[in-house]
Amino acid sequence: MRGRSLYLKLLSAVIVFGAWETAGRIPVSYAFPTFFESMSALATLFLDGTIFTAYAETLKPLVVGVAISAVLGIGLGLWIGLSEKFDWLFSPIFVVMQSAPLAALIPLLVMAYGIGLTSKVFVVCIMAMPVIVLNTSGAVRNTPSVLKEMGRAFLGTDRDLILKIVIPAASPIIFAGLRLGISAGFIGAILAELKITPTGVGDIITYSRSIADYPRMYAAIFSIIVLAVLFLNLLEKVEQVLFKGNQRGYASD
Amino acid sequence: MPQTRDAAALHQAHDVDYAVTAHKVSKNYGDVEALKDLSLEFPRGQLTTLLGPSGCGKTTLLKIIAGLLAPNSGEIQVDRKTVTGPGPDRAFVFQDFALLPWASVIRNVAFGLELRGVAKSEREGIAEKYIQDVGLGGFENSFPHELSGGMRQRVGLARALAVDARVLLMDEPFSAVDEQTRRKFQEDLLSLVQHENKTFIFVTHSIEEAVYVSDQIAILLPRPSRVSEIIRPSGFRNRGSENIRRDPEYLDIVDRIWSSLRSYVE
Ligand SMILES: Nc1ncnc2c1ncn2[C@@H]1O[C@H](COP(=O)(O)OP(=O)(O)OP(=O)(O)O)[C@@H](O)[C@H]1O
Ligand SMILES: [Mg+2]
Repeated sequence: MRGRSLYLKLLSAVIVFGAWETAGRIPVSYAFPTFFESMSALATLFLDGTIFTAYAETLKPLVVGVAISAVLGIGLGLWIGLSEKFDWLFSPIFVVMQSAPLAALIPLLVMAYGIGLTSKVFVVCIMAMPVIVLNTSGAVRNTPSVLKEMGRAFLGTDRDLILKIVIPAASPIIFAGLRLGISAGFIGAILAELKITPTGVGDIITYSRSIADYPRMYAAIFSIIVLAVLFLNLLEKVEQVLFKGNQRGYASD
Repeated sequence: MPQTRDAAALHQAHDVDYAVTAHKVSKNYGDVEALKDLSLEFPRGQLTTLLGPSGCGKTTLLKIIAGLLAPNSGEIQVDRKTVTGPGPDRAFVFQDFALLPWASVIRNVAFGLELRGVAKSEREGIAEKYIQDVGLGGFENSFPHELSGGMRQRVGLARALAVDARVLLMDEPFSAVDEQTRRKFQEDLLSLVQHENKTFIFVTHSIEEAVYVSDQIAILLPRPSRVSEIIRPSGFRNRGSENIRRDPEYLDIVDRIWSSLRSYVE
């Protein structure tokens, strides 16, 4: 089972990279490098240490923003899901946030908070938080009522019900929301670096493009994707450890 | 109220001690009248079965007794105290099991004790005993999705037994177990009723099961639900569990119940 899924993952990687290499060799565009060119550019980035200093910069708003979104998002989501009044008050805000055109909001953020870390953290939060909040509140509201009834029949307090029934029951969907939120946070972090001030990985991308060093630009983009995938896999492991037996057959990467 | 009393209900005249009484209980779900002015007494230390067609309000009555639902009017008393919510004197076996899918069998069985703040080693010791009793030894660390329907039901049964309540509310507790296990459970239930001074309120769809295990059978008829008849099988109770199913009185009562319920099936 495990070996087979690893094999399939490798196969799909070979197909994707093969297609990339072919497309680069045709080439589909003079600005599209081959896979191997990009990988060697990536190796250079690693060897001269550029990538580490870049990520030290990029990870700051990303980690802060994702942490705030996760904690605040899950907290708010629980609250919204448990209380009808709160639902009325807050759900619309997050629905609007989720569909707001972020690029149009960035100038406003810059006006209000300048071009520093704060604005970038905001961008990450705007990207990451809505899906976390909406997933959490939806999952909480859909806790099977028979389980809550069981908890009450066996004398659980409200606190017991929330901690021992509602949260574990909602956890697969909360985690799904976290995964989506974190992916969106990655996009937000890069977007902030491209639209506010070029720093970190966003700077590598902007600068490489301006000097037409496309392999280096794609290497930077590729590194973001790899980091996001690694992080999401880590999150899934955490979930499996925390909630054993809760795997009810939703997709595992 | 149209209630015919069985001849065996003679000791009705004596002052029978009731563990649970329902007095003129009504319950509506919106426009649906699930229960209307239902009154019924449950003698202490005995097993009373609620028998009736699907949708006649058996689960509703059980949940009102458990304190999970509030009646629209009327009241329930347990040990002469009016029920206002769930209490440690009652335990519930749910029709749809209500197991925590993320918790192992042993944690599920111990869950009632966990909510009461019993220490982990102590509650797991107690849970272990009841897991053995319902025949799930060796499955302590399995998860509900790894069990068959009948095994899940037994987890729910063990969980209710583990909290050692004086009143056990059992909503079709044997509906998903196989026929052999079911017969064994019926015998176990009889000896449980005999040896423990607990009051059992039992819901089943099986007429034979009802007559086999009950001290008192309340036949409920639907829309709105009311008690149409109370039967107290008594003659064959002490004739040994092997002989009950051949006893003429047993067969008579089964026939009688069938003829009064059959019109609701057709
Ligand atoms: N939560 C609810 N909301 C609305 N109507 C309900 C609800 N629960 C039960 N009812 C209605 O009340 C009536 C009695 O339901 P109940 O579950 O008590 O029946 P039951 O006797 O347990 O049936 P079964 O033998 O099929 O389990 C039914 O007509 C049902 O439609
Ligand atoms: Mg029912």
